[in-house]
Amino acid sequence: MKRSFKKTLVAACAGVSAIALTGGAVAFCGFYVAKADTKLFNKASKVAIMRDDDRTVITMSNDYQGELKEFAMVIPVPVVLEEGQIHVTDNAIIDHLDAYTAPRLVEYFDEDPCRTYLYEDELRVTAQRSIAESPVALKKNSLGVTIEAEYTVGEYDIQILSADQSDGLATWLKDNGYKLPEGAEKTLGSYIKQNTKFFVAKVNLEEQSKTGLKYLRPLQIAFESPKFMLPIRLGTVNADGKQELFVFALTRSGRIETTNYRTVKLPSGMDIPVYVKENFGSFYKDMFSTQVKKENENGVFLEYAWDMNWCDPCAADPLSQAELRELGVYWAGGDTGSRPTQRRRPAPQAQDVFVTRLHVSYDAENFPEDLMFKETGDRSNYQGRYVLRHPYQGDSQCEAAEQYRAELPKRFESEAQTLANLTGWDIDDIRKEMGEHGQSFDQPKQEPWWKRIWSDSDKKEG
Amino acid sequence: MRPGFLDSKLLKDPRHYQILTLSALLAFGWHSGIFEITTAQFFAVVAAACAAQALGSFLIATHPDYRSALVTSLSLSLLLRADAVWPLALAAAIAIGSKFALRLNGKHIFNPANFAIVTMVLFSGATWTTPGQWGTAIWFAAALAGVGMFVTYRAARVDVPIIFLATFAALLFARAFYLGDPLAIPLLRLQNGALILFAFFMISDPKTTPDGTWARAAFAASAAILTYVMTFHFFITDGLFYSLAIMCLIRPVLEWLNPAAHYQWGDKVRPPRLPHTFSVKNTKPSKHPLPAE
Repeated sequence: MKRSFKKTLVAACAGVSAIALTGGAVAFCGFYVAKADTKLFNKASKVAIMRDDDRTVITMSNDYQGELKEFAMVIPVPVVLEEGQIHVTDNAIIDHLDAYTAPRLVEYFDEDPCRTYLYEDELRVTAQRSIAESPVALKKNSLGVTIEAEYTVGEYDIQILSADQSDGLATWLKDNGYKLPEGAEKTLGSYIKQNTKFFVAKVNLEEQSKTGLKYLRPLQIAFESPKFMLPIRLGTVNADGKQELFVFALTRSGRIETTNYRTVKLPSGMDIPVYVKENFGSFYKDMFSTQVKKENENGVFLEYAWDMNWCDPCAADPLSQAELRELGVYWAGGDTGSRPTQRRRPAPQAQDVFVTRLHVSYDAENFPEDLMFKETGDRSNYQGRYVLRHPYQGDSQCEAAEQYRAELPKRFESEAQTLANLTGWDIDDIRKEMGEHGQSFDQPKQEPWWKRIWSDSDKKEG
Repeated sequence: MRPGFLDSKLLKDPRHYQILTLSALLAFGWHSGIFEITTAQFFAVVAAACAAQALGSFLIATHPDYRSALVTSLSLSLLLRADAVWPLALAAAIAIGSKFALRLNGKHIFNPANFAIVTMVLFSGATWTTPGQWGTAIWFAAALAGVGMFVTYRAARVDVPIIFLATFAALLFARAFYLGDPLAIPLLRLQNGALILFAFFMISDPKTTPDGTWARAAFAASAAILTYVMTFHFFITDGLFYSLAIMCLIRPVLEWLNPAAHYQWGDKVRPPRLPHTFSVKNTKPSKHPLPAE
């Protein structure tokens, strides 16, 4: 969905210099090229994880579209959860986190080349958001299975199960009316042997109608465990094709990465043709799938890594302390809803929250094992950022302008090549589109040099 | 191969192979963007390691040999990451410093690069390891293993990585079998570049593995078991590195149980011999004890 970012305009103008002065930012501009749009991904889940030592809070957002009474999910959890460890939160917080970390497109307008100084404007054009769905959708319904606890939290009826037989849980689920996908039994068995408990959530229709909402709110669980991981295996059992997962990690020391798969930074900071502004979504999707192929389909992609105190340019304001607290950042001051200093430089009242956004496109074949994470000490900033440079359209006449115009086709060609490399799009189509959007590859007609020598004086005499 | 070729001065010392292969790996990783280490960081590591080597050698009045320092520098550059330059330089100094400071029975106790990694990861948040960053492209792991095997063979310690990897693999497959997991899971874990690099270039270091054949086998197998337990039962991400440090502490006991002559760089390459050969022939003291190499 497209958003208006007018309010970030002013701050973004100042952004350029900040980027140039920040070591980390320069590095990402120089090394990585790409852009992204996540809203087009179907079957996507959004998960926020707060992790500090063994303390973990997981927020699972879903955009389940079917009949609410049909909705159910089974999630492996490392410990038996008490009622107070389960919570329902507002969709808006995850949406905000998503918007804040989204890959961004920035625009620059070339200045009149005849002016003696240059400054650059930058503006946030759009950011894209992802769509979420529960990792697994099963149905309700006993055999060697212990219901450790039952709670109703928000619009959800929750059962915490433990089982000691590999097929016990599967049978219990089936007997209780859950539709168990083929192959799920084996995976459940593996989890049971690892002493995993299961969190089963269904919609309580009565409670749901009280909320007055048409959608399901994100479920949250808080627990302590040395396991820093996200179970994805159940989600691959009945999947047709790949699933998209966005992980937003909130940590203290630095960004997170996966230990059993390669974590790759998406290309970022490149100049691409201006017409991409109109289809940033498909550009990002194609760019992302090209990168996935390049990483042999088993890479985990870093889309954002930043200190939560600021952003530059901002796709959305940083999260407030209250929002962070809601997501489990227990060390954030929860007294007020005050926002941290936005944009540019880190605020003096540092919140000590580092956010990492990972994007995974997974299936059973390429991601056989759950995602295992580790927190690193890496606090260098990275963002998926793509640059549109609008050529100067005025008709100024001077030597600098001529030179500027003569250089343009070369620049456009380089933008076209970049785009083709990133997305796998046909280079001729790209050139054609560029031509139709004011980025012509034709060399401008150059006036003979001698025309400007006497022209002015001749005119006077005439 | 011509007779005597393997005995030539350049080829006899396995560190030359190590420097060559580790450099090639680093160059490849650098070029392909796999290893996020800056040029400044790399040169700081090399400089710090060489400076520590020079200082250590001066203090114990021996001639400094920078080859080991270079091997350690390369290992650190491949396995350890930091935002700033100083943590990596400090790691290099700790690595080489440990060779001179922490000694027992005429050998240094810890594998230098391993000791530095463990120390830095335990006591400083400024560095971290990136076990997943190698990717799991099987060809890469295989190539690495092949080259590593050659290097290790030249260092007469081919048994260490083989026993280590075989034990670890057996445990992984047993786990998968017990859990009913697809074989893709243990295979994914084995196709990890950091694991292969550790097996062929770190734990197999002839200076910090027991000299006796059986002691060495027990050393390698125990390290694999420790790694497995730490990784899968205690969920310690850097269990691989901790396991070697722990085994190096236990090593004197293994060496006491199965004594043998200390390895010297450039010793003749021979496949492992029968144990009685060792007890008869190889218990004589080394002819050229270079304390810190």
